[in-house]
Amino acid sequence: MAHPAQMGFQDAATPVMEELLHFHDHALMIVYLISTMVFYIIVAMVTTELTNKYILDSQEIEIMWTALPAIILVLIAMPSIRVLYLMDEINDPHLTIKAMGHQWYWSYEYTDYENLTFDSYMTPTQDLTPGQFRLLETDHRMVVPTDAPIRVLVSAEDVLHSWAVPSLGVKMDAVPGRLNQTAFIASRAGVFYGQCSEICGANHSFMPIVVEAVPLEHFEIWTAMMMEDV
Amino acid sequence: MAEDIQQKLEKYRTAPFDSRFPNQNQTKNCWQNYLDFYRCQKSLDAKGVDTAPCDWYKRVYKSLCPISWIENWDSQREDGTFPGKI
Repeated sequence: MAHPAQMGFQDAATPVMEELLHFHDHALMIVYLISTMVFYIIVAMVTTELTNKYILDSQEIEIMWTALPAIILVLIAMPSIRVLYLMDEINDPHLTIKAMGHQWYWSYEYTDYENLTFDSYMTPTQDLTPGQFRLLETDHRMVVPTDAPIRVLVSAEDVLHSWAVPSLGVKMDAVPGRLNQTAFIASRAGVFYGQCSEICGANHSFMPIVVEAVPLEHFEIWTAMMMEDV
Repeated sequence: MAEDIQQKLEKYRTAPFDSRFPNQNQTKNCWQNYLDFYRCQKSLDAKGVDTAPCDWYKRVYKSLCPISWIENWDSQREDGTFPGKI
């Protein structure tokens, strides 16, 4: 989840998010280097006592500052395309979950075997127990098994919403009448928080998403328990 | 052939990748499987043949389609207002 004064991304919980994080580190480092160099040159230009009134052209530097940016762009593009295609890989899901957006809660449907469906409302601030996170906790979490490709089909029952969980590297718009597919593999067990990412009315900020990744045996116990309760 | 379908149904985990719908928008995938199930059922019923092979489409549409869509379409079929051709 997010931390106070956070500067970077949340810790990755899927291989795709890890790759996105590393690519971002790479691209941002290039940006820092170029910015530092440009800033240095500006300062040097502004503070120098030297003047030279006779430079008319220079083939060498022109070649340098054309070729070098082209090379830098290629060095950014190659890992970028790699991650893009990685995200587009055809996967063979083990489980399909439907996340339906409503005003103002999410509902999850696990219908591969039985019809397991439940709503997920934000826990009101006055009902939080010590240690829980304000505006992020929900009464029911979307539980998934670790190390299994999960397909999430996102849609909405009323207005536009968006299902986003930063640590999983997932954001998908929820459009009424449309079924949007996204997928992830939770590489570690844990609890991952997200928030609705498309303005949807008065309580848009108060319909969070919580994904809990657990080992498969625990997932099976959880589904059995949920079926009994419902 | 029927045994193959039986085996496939027994080993069913979730709707597999369908190359007819390779992209993000899976709406047609859900719709097509829903149609295919009821069309399959109608035509096999008409021939008086066991409709068990149709169950594949049913498993797939149950995996993919939101429950509210299925309920809506089921009541439309009962009312005779279903927009698809079965």
